[in-house]
Amino acid sequence: MESFRCKGLSKSFDGVRAIADLDIEFPSSEITSIIGPNGAGKTTLINLLTGFVRPDVGRCFLGEHDITRLAPDRIARLGVARTFQDLKLILQVPVLDNMMLARPHQAGETLIGALLRIGVAKEEMRNRDEAIRLLRLVGLEEKATDLAGELSYGQQKLLTLACCLATEAQILLLDEPVAGVHPDMADKILDLMRTLRDEGKLILFIEHDISAVRRIADHVIVLDHGKVRAQGPPREVLERPEIMEAYLA
Amino acid sequence: MELRRSDLDYLLHILILIGIYAILAMSLDLLVGHTGLLSVAHAAFYGLGAYSAALLSVHFGIPFVLSVILGMLTAILASLIFSLPSLRLHDDYFVIATFAFQMILFGIFNNWTGMTRGPFGIPGIPPPSILGLPIRSRIAFVFLVVVFAVLCFQIVSRISMSPFGRVLRGIREDETFTRALGKNTVRFKVLIFAVSAALAASAGCLYAQYLSFIAPTSFTVMESILVISMVVIGGAGSRWGPIVGAIVLVTLPEALRFVGLPNDVAANLRQIAYGGGLVTMMMFRPQGLIGKYGFGR
Repeated sequence: MESFRCKGLSKSFDGVRAIADLDIEFPSSEITSIIGPNGAGKTTLINLLTGFVRPDVGRCFLGEHDITRLAPDRIARLGVARTFQDLKLILQVPVLDNMMLARPHQAGETLIGALLRIGVAKEEMRNRDEAIRLLRLVGLEEKATDLAGELSYGQQKLLTLACCLATEAQILLLDEPVAGVHPDMADKILDLMRTLRDEGKLILFIEHDISAVRRIADHVIVLDHGKVRAQGPPREVLERPEIMEAYLA
Repeated sequence: MELRRSDLDYLLHILILIGIYAILAMSLDLLVGHTGLLSVAHAAFYGLGAYSAALLSVHFGIPFVLSVILGMLTAILASLIFSLPSLRLHDDYFVIATFAFQMILFGIFNNWTGMTRGPFGIPGIPPPSILGLPIRSRIAFVFLVVVFAVLCFQIVSRISMSPFGRVLRGIREDETFTRALGKNTVRFKVLIFAVSAALAASAGCLYAQYLSFIAPTSFTVMESILVISMVVIGGAGSRWGPIVGAIVLVTLPEALRFVGLPNDVAANLRQIAYGGGLVTMMMFRPQGLIGKYGFGR
């Protein structure tokens, strides 16, 4: 897998530094957790890495490819998928339609393909099969025809993760994937993240639940005021009293 | 009761208008209902088609089919000039941009007298002819309009039911989410704007060659609002909604002619009844007569 890193990344909003000169290389095929107090710059970092916010200075790289100034959809097509803190889904359509929307490189998404329909039916069938396979993987196969808006909050979080997988991304950036979710569902999501890591995906997730971080993170980055306060394996970082004190404060 | 020739002509005239407005409403619904883009510039593209057809046939004797194609291409070019910078705008700002475009185009129709004859309009537009056969009778024109409307319905349906249409609905419901899934939403919006403009221009070509006279007053912002009303009342984002909307809003004012209102107040009362009906619809059935998507939620 290509490396994923940022170099000298800074971003201010109205004079307030959200991210300050960050140099991070995210380890491949590992789960990296970003923790830190509110306002530490965690979500801003994901927004910068996925092109939703442009940095003031600094660069983001996917392999040797400079993705700093690319549009979010371009970065997604390069294999970087993300979820949002405020769940984003198309709630008024079935679960399966959300998944089908996420499938990449569809011939039926060109105007000519839509009008002439050449090969579109077969492609739709293939994409449908893949979408169902992924829904089975996350345990939502039974809900395929339900409206996304009818799912529970935890199931919607699972669906956002499944949509990321449907894009065939190798890098997943998840913003609070288990926040506000029933503990059983949280276990399911964490198990799934572990499975995906084992399949070779790079996962970066923001989380406030330290127990979840301890359970699945291979690497922890502590952000505070937009700077890396500490990073390393969770058993080292999370044992440091000054970190826990700052974090809990 | 025997149907008089003038009555038949009147009915055929209504059918032709329904066909033309159905094309306009279906094409606008690609933006409003499918993509969630509210445009008040549809009359501008309608006018571009009408003026292109009129000028090409009057000055150059260009045959009907070619003038329709050239009219559509003109509208596509204009839509690209407008949409490339404007489609990055959102919500109210986009509506204002379309309003500005509508006013600019109307200004051109009304003031470029050397080309359009301004408020005097362009008379003497020859009737369309296909394979050398002129279409002079109203009944033949009804068939021509039906062919265009069916083609338009097919294009809109195919787009709507395709993965392309799925992305448009994604843009309508949550553009950020759709972008995060790797869809270049600006490209989709530019393309659908061009298709919508081209179909509106085809309706303009039909209109010009049917009436044989056009003037800028047929392509004002009020015309755009009338077409938006058709989409919203019929049901935005539904296959048949815009057609139902066109039928209702073309026939309703005509039906109100026969209510027997005093002549001096009839026109105003019709407008009041028409406006009251629109407000009632918006209050009690915002998704339109047969639609599911509640426009403006």
